[in-house]
Amino acid sequence: MARLLEAAGLTAFYGDAQALFGIDFGLDAGEVVAIIGANGAGKSTLLKALTGLVPAKAEQIRFKGQAIGGLPPGEIVRRGLALVPEGRRLFASLSVEENLQMGAFARRRGPWNAERLYKLFPILAEKRAAPSTSLSGGQQQMAAIARALMSNPSVLLCDELSLGLAPIIIKEIYDAMPAITGEGMSVVVVEQDVAMARKVSQRLYCLQEGRVSLHGASDRLDAAQISHAYFGV
Amino acid sequence: MLDTLVQGVLLGGLYCLFALGQSLMFGVMRLTNTAQGDFIVLGAFAAIAVLGALAPALPDNLFAPLLAIALLLPVAFAFGYGLQRHVLNGTLGRDPLPSLVVTFGLGVVIQNFLLEVFSADPRSIETHGLNTESVAFGGVAVGVLPLAILAIAIGATAALQWLFGSTRLGRAFRAVSDDKEIAELMGLDARKVYALATAIAFALIALAGVLQAMRTTVSPGDGPLLLLFAFEAVIIGGMGSFWGTLAGALLLGITQQIGFRLDPGWGIWLGHVVFLAVLVLRPQGLFPKTRG
Repeated sequence: MARLLEAAGLTAFYGDAQALFGIDFGLDAGEVVAIIGANGAGKSTLLKALTGLVPAKAEQIRFKGQAIGGLPPGEIVRRGLALVPEGRRLFASLSVEENLQMGAFARRRGPWNAERLYKLFPILAEKRAAPSTSLSGGQQQMAAIARALMSNPSVLLCDELSLGLAPIIIKEIYDAMPAITGEGMSVVVVEQDVAMARKVSQRLYCLQEGRVSLHGASDRLDAAQISHAYFGV
Repeated sequence: MLDTLVQGVLLGGLYCLFALGQSLMFGVMRLTNTAQGDFIVLGAFAAIAVLGALAPALPDNLFAPLLAIALLLPVAFAFGYGLQRHVLNGTLGRDPLPSLVVTFGLGVVIQNFLLEVFSADPRSIETHGLNTESVAFGGVAVGVLPLAILAIAIGATAALQWLFGSTRLGRAFRAVSDDKEIAELMGLDARKVYALATAIAFALIALAGVLQAMRTTVSPGDGPLLLLFAFEAVIIGGMGSFWGTLAGALLLGITQQIGFRLDPGWGIWLGHVVFLAVLVLRPQGLFPKTRG
């Protein structure tokens, strides 16, 4: 059976600089897949290509059986792929609630709405009228996840959720994951924290210099293999 | 002294209308429309031309300029939308120079077009005495038309602030202004959002043009000076805040009136001095958009 989301021989460029050199990647319905790798390995670029923020050739990315590579980001989110961008990137002059409303712009139907997300992240309900800039880093990350979920995606792509956050906050955020995947949603997490990546995912891809250096079931890969794939030594 | 202040505030009302469109376009897409003044003059001449063409059919009273405004606003709205969609969107990017050059070029085209069609003679819109009527407030004579213009300016500022702060479209304006890439990731079409912002700005430009021609005269070469007033009001008030733009316009108007009172040659000059003083002492403007 064809996979829900699939990249085949995916290449990506920033101007003349090539960032991805033929990535093969797949995601099934209901699955959590982690992508790890050092800085500059191409993890964020992969997510950006999947969501249309970086150009890709049409046939290199298939979602629900259709070629979506190179479509505009708005069209991709309407088809059900949502991104939690690296560094949160909340709208600074919008309140928390308005940020969530922006997430619902694609108007997809599904289980998620503001009320449910406020239950998942109660601190956001408390701060709903506050400017998004007044939130702490962890709260901003929750708001960014909530904003992405507002579009009721079938695949949630999370770029470096733990970036710059305290371990206890990271745990709090990942504790929300079962409630999200419980709705049958597939999730891709890009993580620097390898232990966390292995813990939350069923399968794992390691990228190195724009290529997949390792791929397998998260609980079967041993530390030496991962270390080799991660650092290339 | 009181008289000078009152006249300054009234003049500021007009400057506010000159500046609101500029403030809106800059706030949403960081685009400085250097043809702002020329478009105001174009709006005025469009109204004059429409009124001239329809003159035999129109009643000889204030209904005529009101009709001109009613006809012109939707046309200006559509024109602004099309201009942004098909011309200005192509100039936007990291580099502000293309948009400056293109709007500057448009300004030159408009000035010469108007000169060709209407000659250099100053013209105005007939107000049937409204522009000379006044009411007395505690010994100060207040012109009825300038008072109406001030009321319209305050109303337009409040309306824009409400649109920005409390509507779905305003939320989209702020979102694309904050982070265009992420706004598009949410499914917004930034090019359409920009076009709507310019459409609203052009409706305000047309309104300002008609009121300018009712209050005084317009001639094809007036644009650059009007642009300067609009620009100074936006900078003094602080970029991105409409109430700031109103405050900046009022301060500019008052300063110019004080200058005119001191010496007829000093009015506009003193306005520039205050503008430069703000740039030096408080470059972010008096009321910059506050965050958090």
